[in-house]
Amino acid sequence: MTFGSGAMTNSINEIPDSKVLFIIGSNPTEAHPIIGTKMKQAVARGAKVVAVDPRRTEMADVADVWLRLRPGTDIALINGIMNIILANGWEDKKFIAERTEGFDQLRAQVAKFPPEVVSKITGVPVDQLIEAARIYATAESAQIFYTLGITEHIYGTDNVMILADLSMLTGNVGKENSGVNPLRGQNNVQGACDMGALPDVLPGYQKVTSPTARAKFEAAWDVPIKSESGLMLPDMIEAAFDHEVRAMYIMGEDPVLTDADANHVREALETLDFLVVQNIFLSETAKLADVVLPAGSFAEKDGTFTNTERRVQRVNKAIEPIGQARADWQIICDLATRMGYPFAYASPADVMQEIASLTPQYAGITFERLGRKGLQWPVPDAEHPGTKFLHEGKFARGKGLFMAIEYQVPDEPPDEEYPLLLSTGRRLSHYNISTRYSEALDSYAPEELAELNPEDAERLGIKDGERVKVASRRGALETKVRITDRVLPGMLWMSFHYKESPANVLTNAASDKVTKTYEYKVCGVKVSKVI
Amino acid sequence: MEWITLTIDGRTVTVPKGTTVLEACRMNEIPIPTLCHDPELSSYGSCRLCIVEIEGMRNLPPSCVTQATQGMVVRTQTTKVRDSRKTILELLVANHPLDCMTCQKMGDCDLAKYAYEYRVTGELFKGGERRHLPLDDSNPFILRDANKCILCGKCVRACEEVQGRSVLDFSFRGFHAQVGPAFNLPYSESECVFCGSCVSVCPVGALTEKKMVGQGRPWEVEKVQTTCPFCGTGCNFDLNVKDGKVIGVTSNPEAPVNGKALCVKGRFGMDLIHNSERLTTPLIKKDGEFVEATWDEAMDLVAQKLGEVKQEHGADAISVLSSARCTNEENFLMQKLARAVIGTNNIDHCART
Repeated sequence: MTFGSGAMTNSINEIPDSKVLFIIGSNPTEAHPIIGTKMKQAVARGAKVVAVDPRRTEMADVADVWLRLRPGTDIALINGIMNIILANGWEDKKFIAERTEGFDQLRAQVAKFPPEVVSKITGVPVDQLIEAARIYATAESAQIFYTLGITEHIYGTDNVMILADLSMLTGNVGKENSGVNPLRGQNNVQGACDMGALPDVLPGYQKVTSPTARAKFEAAWDVPIKSESGLMLPDMIEAAFDHEVRAMYIMGEDPVLTDADANHVREALETLDFLVVQNIFLSETAKLADVVLPAGSFAEKDGTFTNTERRVQRVNKAIEPIGQARADWQIICDLATRMGYPFAYASPADVMQEIASLTPQYAGITFERLGRKGLQWPVPDAEHPGTKFLHEGKFARGKGLFMAIEYQVPDEPPDEEYPLLLSTGRRLSHYNISTRYSEALDSYAPEELAELNPEDAERLGIKDGERVKVASRRGALETKVRITDRVLPGMLWMSFHYKESPANVLTNAASDKVTKTYEYKVCGVKVSKVI
Repeated sequence: MEWITLTIDGRTVTVPKGTTVLEACRMNEIPIPTLCHDPELSSYGSCRLCIVEIEGMRNLPPSCVTQATQGMVVRTQTTKVRDSRKTILELLVANHPLDCMTCQKMGDCDLAKYAYEYRVTGELFKGGERRHLPLDDSNPFILRDANKCILCGKCVRACEEVQGRSVLDFSFRGFHAQVGPAFNLPYSESECVFCGSCVSVCPVGALTEKKMVGQGRPWEVEKVQTTCPFCGTGCNFDLNVKDGKVIGVTSNPEAPVNGKALCVKGRFGMDLIHNSERLTTPLIKKDGEFVEATWDEAMDLVAQKLGEVKQEHGADAISVLSSARCTNEENFLMQKLARAVIGTNNIDHCART
């Protein structure tokens, strides 16, 4: 938004040569293990690390400075760091003058966050704030990495924009080893967004509200396209609940396990007149369906995924679909044809031709060109070699726009009745919910081990490995606990991999005002021993 | 870039300054045997199999740690070189189990390949002491047979230099030297996170993928490069396919993002493809129970029901969830289905997790 383009600005293989890594709300050694290893390679070569996380992650352990902030206080923290940078004259005046606008508003906002105030809000000592500011701002180059610890808040968009502010303030963007890098959670979340599987944009982030964009697609597809944005996922759930949405077609997702406030999601889907689920397993969502369509796994089809560094790479068919399963693309084509609009594509390579013709970032991409190494978008034409890092010399929107960001509090902080703060995330040995179907992985990590601080454990009379009941305002579950100082006192951490202890019956469906991302990272819970 | 010219086996070759003699040979397709070398790891110079003759140098220098210099004259296949290599191989084989027939590594073993090429007999040092160490099968992923280890140290370097974990190292001395986790603990009790990088660099059968044992020989297996379906890093690897079944995953050194490195999920989690709970037929719910259906029945029903909802309540009464786990092409088609066929912008996916 600030730069005008939503993707990792740099490349994964720039990481080992980084001078400074500023890692916030991200646990790469578990959630993105290979990116984590590249970060550790950078550390071995002398890179400095600032880690910002309430949880003692592996990167926090190797960091030069670990800012152990209270969950949800990121905006105050970054405003405070920018305050320190300006107070010491560490900002990049040339970059600010030449490539940005809105600096005065930012300066006024940041002035409200002197280090002492920020320290009180975040729980981070002042000297650590100063050291972090110094390391990041005075480096020759520095990269920011963030993941869902930043976005899974009701003010996730603001969290992201303030990180962009920090990078522009110090001129750490738009060159090799300098940028702002979201580590995208899922294999093809970048691609699904690029392809316009979103209610407000057509492929290539072309707005449905733009008459020019619509005209281009209407000409290509020979149908009118609606000019109003559609519903985002949380709104679909509400609309289903209110009978405004009557039918849903769900491919390759399991919202009943993965969306916040899972019991509410289940109820909403049960309210539908008709539900079709297309998946490779009979997921919890599929169990609610009227029709279940068996899809082929990634090994059973051709296609492409786009990774977090914008690299479009081939997926190659290795085996025939299991049983009567069919590749998702074939099922969609069949349905379109039966609904009276023939999708006559001979292969995914054929579909890519149409994608390239309508999506500027993918214009120069063909399966043949992707070969074994892929291409990083934007690839504007058939000769273009792809783009290693974004915003060199100029942002996608022209000048980078500083945004003054107000400090906000989570939707449901702990209180007397639900005194512990629940935060959720991923573990190394599992990926969302599908890896449970790997016998090898499941036998290695068969059950949830919720993390609880020793102080709380002692107060509650809970021992390592015991079973506890966890309850929030929305639901309850049972899980085993691990007593560890990886989490702060007053905090409980769980993964969402296990349907036997489905963390999302607890989580809060309050969501970000722009992206509608749920606040998976903060809600109030209470814990009691199971007797 | 500064270039230097040297002569290898009578051929004049030109390479960039800073190139080792081994790299100069490999760039020019001149074969040199190695056991401890890997281009992704630091050069160690321990196996001595890559020795060559260089004019003006005493002894036989190992080519992997010798820089090529201007005017250098190198010979890679002289009798002296080949005899020395053979002696090294005889020493290794003297204390190596010769159960090649049942070894998982058969057909892909570097020691066996060179032993064959150099006509090693195993007779030269026959009767020496042999190791009898226990097998480590303490975990679901990696089998470790220390008796087959040739102490090349590649696993030690991969664990330290690529993964930054340093779980593995040498212990003991001389004949008793071993590689393993601290205190010789089994993998399962060590700090190992089972990325399997050690397996991917092991030149012999000391470290193998447990689930692939008995599943197929290298010459029966087709390797298909593809992109991992889990996190957003986009690692590439080879699916190993035999008789239409994925039997495991091996590293592909050409992978643009990750090279040979993978994590436990990518390397060892692909047995989910053939999980017995996979859906294999369309299902239609009748009276609360799922009943198997043909594709025609299922697809006609879906088309008809979606059509009815559109007719009665309008296109916006239908919502479509696409998937961050599916391909670009499928996501493109799904949003086209929503927008052009159904006629709604109600299309989303869990973009935010």
